[in-house]
Amino acid sequence: MGKKTIIPFGPQHPVLPEPIHLDLVIEDETVVEAIPSIGFIHRGLEKLVETRDYTQMVYVIERICGICSFGHGWGACSAIEGAMNVKVPERAEYLRTILHELSRLHSHLLWLGLLADAFGFESLFNHCWRVRETILDILEKTTGGRVIFSICQVGGMRKDIDDETLKEIVVTLNGIKKDIKALTDVFIEDKSVKNRMCGVGVLSKADAEELGAVGPVARGSGVVQDIRMTNGHGVYDKLDFEPVVEEAGDCYARCKVRIGEVFQSIELIEKAVAKIPEGPVSVKVTGNVEGEFITRLEQPRGEAYYYAKGAGTKFLQRMRVRTPTNQNIPALVKTLQGCDLADVPMLVLTIDPCISCTER
Amino acid sequence: MSYIAKSPWVIHYDGSSCNGCDIEVLACLTPMYDVERFGIINTGNPKHADVFLLTGAVNEQNKDVIKQIYEQMPEPKVVVAVGICACSGGVFKDCYNILGGSDTVVPVDVYVPGCAARPEAIIDGVVKGLGVLQEKRDKMAKGGNK
Repeated sequence: MGKKTIIPFGPQHPVLPEPIHLDLVIEDETVVEAIPSIGFIHRGLEKLVETRDYTQMVYVIERICGICSFGHGWGACSAIEGAMNVKVPERAEYLRTILHELSRLHSHLLWLGLLADAFGFESLFNHCWRVRETILDILEKTTGGRVIFSICQVGGMRKDIDDETLKEIVVTLNGIKKDIKALTDVFIEDKSVKNRMCGVGVLSKADAEELGAVGPVARGSGVVQDIRMTNGHGVYDKLDFEPVVEEAGDCYARCKVRIGEVFQSIELIEKAVAKIPEGPVSVKVTGNVEGEFITRLEQPRGEAYYYAKGAGTKFLQRMRVRTPTNQNIPALVKTLQGCDLADVPMLVLTIDPCISCTER
Repeated sequence: MSYIAKSPWVIHYDGSSCNGCDIEVLACLTPMYDVERFGIINTGNPKHADVFLLTGAVNEQNKDVIKQIYEQMPEPKVVVAVGICACSGGVFKDCYNILGGSDTVVPVDVYVPGCAARPEAIIDGVVKGLGVLQEKRDKMAKGGNK
């Protein structure tokens, strides 16, 4: 065994668009310990509840993260709606579900591209992002924004999406299914890609449960946990689906879970569009928040948790968000122990880190 | 665009952005917008870069990182602040950990507003930055320091 050396990884690192810093303690080429340090993107936006009223706060919470922004907006709205006892119209719940699944599609395609970049397959990265642009076009057409939408408001949706557009969305998504399949086949079947991922960074089921992993990281290790199934947010209970679970717990399994979810999201959107009822998309909300409420929802990266508390003034007293990456960092540190130094960027990526969510 | 005499390489650093602008910066490099056809490459090495794309506002922890990246870049160089957070702090301006826009630590040449800034706007900003780069290059050739 060689002597121990510490190699800093990040915060500015070519493979990650976001700053995370890891101190990697290595012996020869093997990582024996990883010490994460975070805080490069901490803004302290939860404190803004003191100066922004609760309707404005939704816009701030939405900007926790630009990739899963719709989910954050939805979570904040439903926490506030819960505290105020507001019943959201059913059509709005359907639209929220559809947009949330579109966000998941764009997030997973983005992640597949970044993963390809991490193992040095740049043309695959470019193709994943090319397909993703179709999803962004749909989002732009329906909400007006490519990455930040601000379409969710307390009491429902800011605007409706007409049935014709919804049907068009389904046709477009089914049209790009073939493109997505061609790309995901490379991830699943290509020998050199498999060489990089199979058996790398194994997280056992027991570890995943003990370390509190969430989302695709937990599901890749065989933990059947999907908040869409259990919590009853949106209209997922009416759409009849099974969570995508893989048993192996390595990078390949986590990748397969996300690929499965891409196709699952397209199916869910199709089912939701077939069932969406007519009606209004928002109710007028008056008065101030009194009381507290907790809500959870399944973000592309896993379970996110929203808490709102008000005391009868127009400002909330507390707004708390717990995000999935925060939960997955212990699992990351665990899988980094004993891995090769060259696999570190890929392991960091397979938890799909969203640092701006983590640090807020 | 006759003044792209050289292939400008960009380096991107995420200040305290929400990722929205970062993924749009990356989108510029991918087939839909594809700035690589003009020779623009995203590099991870500050010493290879001509253009510094900065997203997000400055906070206590990242101000030294931004300064270090800027100082490592060779002259002439331009800084493009992408998104309203990098311009002024944006929606996070009043947060306790936000010091302000990126011009509080490094001199900014081009401001690209938007939340999130659209890829077209980012490309436009970088092209404007290239003009500034050429001016700085001419000044250096005449014997000025910058």
